[in-house]
Amino acid sequence: MIMRREILPLSIFGALAVLPLLGSFGSDAFILSIVARVMIFAIAALSLDLILGYGALVSFGHAAFLGIGAYAVGILSAHGIREAAIQIPVALFVSALFALVTGAISLRTKGIYFIMITLAFGQMAYFFGVSLAAYGGDDGMTLPGRSLFFGYDIAASERAFYFLVFAFLVVVYAACRTLVISRFGRVIRGARENAQRMEAIGFSLFSYQLTIYVIAGTLCGLAGFLLANQTEFVSPAYMTWQRSGELIVMVLLGGLGSLNGAILGAAAFLLLEEGLSHLTEYWKLYFGPFLVLVVLFARGGLMGGFKRLTGTGDGR
Amino acid sequence: MTAPMLELRGIRKNFGALLVTDDVSLTIPRNELHAMIGPNGAGKTTLIHQISGLLSSNSGQIFLNGEDITALDLPQRARKGIVRSFQITSILPHFSTLENVALAVQARSGSSFRFFGRADHEAALNEAALTALAEVGLPDRANLRAGLLSHGEKRQLELAIALAAQPSVLLLDEPLAGTGPEESAILIELLRRLKGRLTIVLIEHDMEAVFSLADRISVLVYGKIIATGTPQAIRDNPDVRTAYLGEETV
Amino acid sequence: MSLTLLYVQTLNGLQLGVLLFLIAAGLTLVFGVMDFVNLAHGVQYMIGAYLAAMFTALTGNFFFGLALALPCALLFGLLLEFFIFRHLYARDHLDQVLATFGIILTLNQAVKVIWGAAPLSVPIPEIFSGSVVLMPGLLYPVWRLVIIASGLAIALLLGLLVTKTRIGMLVRAGATNAPMVSALGVDIGRLFMIVFGFGAMLAGFAGAMVAPILSVEPGMGDNLLILTFVVIVIGGIGSIRGAFIAALLVGLVDTLGRSFGPSILRAFLDPAAASQTGRALAPMLIYILMAAVLFFRPAGLFPAKK
Repeated sequence: MIMRREILPLSIFGALAVLPLLGSFGSDAFILSIVARVMIFAIAALSLDLILGYGALVSFGHAAFLGIGAYAVGILSAHGIREAAIQIPVALFVSALFALVTGAISLRTKGIYFIMITLAFGQMAYFFGVSLAAYGGDDGMTLPGRSLFFGYDIAASERAFYFLVFAFLVVVYAACRTLVISRFGRVIRGARENAQRMEAIGFSLFSYQLTIYVIAGTLCGLAGFLLANQTEFVSPAYMTWQRSGELIVMVLLGGLGSLNGAILGAAAFLLLEEGLSHLTEYWKLYFGPFLVLVVLFARGGLMGGFKRLTGTGDGR
Repeated sequence: MTAPMLELRGIRKNFGALLVTDDVSLTIPRNELHAMIGPNGAGKTTLIHQISGLLSSNSGQIFLNGEDITALDLPQRARKGIVRSFQITSILPHFSTLENVALAVQARSGSSFRFFGRADHEAALNEAALTALAEVGLPDRANLRAGLLSHGEKRQLELAIALAAQPSVLLLDEPLAGTGPEESAILIELLRRLKGRLTIVLIEHDMEAVFSLADRISVLVYGKIIATGTPQAIRDNPDVRTAYLGEETV
Repeated sequence: MSLTLLYVQTLNGLQLGVLLFLIAAGLTLVFGVMDFVNLAHGVQYMIGAYLAAMFTALTGNFFFGLALALPCALLFGLLLEFFIFRHLYARDHLDQVLATFGIILTLNQAVKVIWGAAPLSVPIPEIFSGSVVLMPGLLYPVWRLVIIASGLAIALLLGLLVTKTRIGMLVRAGATNAPMVSALGVDIGRLFMIVFGFGAMLAGFAGAMVAPILSVEPGMGDNLLILTFVVIVIGGIGSIRGAFIAALLVGLVDTLGRSFGPSILRAFLDPAAASQTGRALAPMLIYILMAAVLFFRPAGLFPAKK
């Protein structure tokens, strides 16, 4: 019974785990780096799905956390600190702090106003990054190399880095799964369905929503740390509102409120982007209408379509 | 001298120029079943909104067991024991019937800032939820998705959720609205069992139920209480007859 | 800090404000009346600029170009409404964001395909070229004054339309309570189309007017779109008056903040810190403004729906 529901995530993670072992295809640095990138954005999409899909909070500034994580790497590296054991906690801490402050303010608003305030904070983060002349400003900054893990330069190998990212993805996914079915997760899911009902039985929703907002921001900061390592480059371009929009698209593509969907959505978006851009310079010309069609005809994104095809019931 | 369970002093509410609640004062002793009746548009639901904290009054104060709760919001009052049901059914349609009630139990059993463990497997919560469902007559619908219940069953669920939240004051806004005769009978029986065990404020249009259940009745007309008393006193009150029935040729 | 610079930048701020108003007016009505989040509104502005550029090059005269561009921009907007947006009104905001995001991607790319990625230039019409002396020592480009004047004129016209005509009353009613207006027997579909078309034309007009002084390039509408959303949130959704006041406010704060922010800060900080902080804070000013407005007035300054 349980196994049937786990077929999808097991397949996804199985495929990801096995890829690097697939002979010459799996050893190709280019393939490994694309899939690593997919996994990094999958972490970001998972974190956004927590607040967007499960919390029904439409944040249009989520990319700011990618930037915060990335700049933690960049700024510390520029000062000679390349140790991940220091960079990761810093990235997580600053992300959490930013989420706490901006969340506390934003969550006082609702609807379109919430969207706009989160957008505003995202823009502020972007402009702050642009103003950091000492760290590349608008042009960004190249890193001296990938982060060191307890002194060891293991991430330099494309394959080792791949498995590192994979490990993080597994941990984040497991954490999200646990969170969503816990008491806390149930309150969040209930609030998405009927906030007034939840308040009427005694849940002061603000503190729950702020908590999940901080968790989501922190996880996305982790994705930012990985992103900076993957590209060995840090730039304010990681934090544009367009990038925040792309994260929303990934979550929507995969299907709102589905953790498997967040991974699939990130994969679909990035692989389509990669694949189409090799076919034609004008890939956006086809991608745009594709998005419109998905919205109009494929409700619930990829997971919605998957459920309709396999006739699976309303699992969560 | 024990404080009354619920006391309203000078409650006023207006929407712009429209005065919806006109200086309402009311004292309800502990464990009384107090019914509120009145013509449509009299402002009964708006009054319940103000007692529960969904709407804030323009002036006036509300006391729960002697404590001034006027400044508290809806969830805070719910945690203090003022629990309401809604006139228009307000449930979580994608959750199971059981989980709808289990959430109410969860709200009153310790912290919900628990990030581990499966909430839907917590035996204590589920047992308490099942008990509440049995009280309202829905035990065999526990695993059904709440959105699939019939309208009358949803009204029953609405009541179960309110009960599971451990109320000391239960505010019921037309619980029988839209229920068929069988479900109605079950709910009336339930109210009879609850009578005397907790304080209940009941808005209802079903006069038979009201007059047989209520300890006292208040009549609300155009936002003002025109009479409060025992069912018999209300029945005999000429102002009430005029307000409800128009000019009476006696 | 010379007074002349202050005057010039104030005029520039007014010009930006007027531009923002032209785009925001349509957006706030569409959002207010139809509850439709249209991220693709910035594209209307871009299309207006491209059409003006194309027709001006074809006819050799800016005014002919403008006269041809406007109906085309209107038609384009109506086509988008008919084929795509109409199906999204009933959907939730997220679906609308996703779909209109897709449209931005497509149209930014399409424009690149049709006209190339290099920016197009449009010459300022002869009679309005050059600068005029407003005050001793104050030289200001005539075309920018034309933009300000036409923007203010349109604002006045819109204000009259919305308050004094029957259709304007219907639009205001629709912004306050659309289902009610529909229930009263008004053909809400046609009202939507009129509102949408008009807004599209205004945005296109704005694009056409700035074509001579800004570079006409793919994606030119994107950043302006964000500013426009800030404007309608500050002004209050569904309100033309709110959009006007907020647009001028945002235009002035942004322009003056960027020019004088660092100099003002130099009074408190050393030059290097002032420069760094100024450069960081200046673009953030309007967002700080928006956050502040929302803090005191969570629904904006003049919301149509209370």
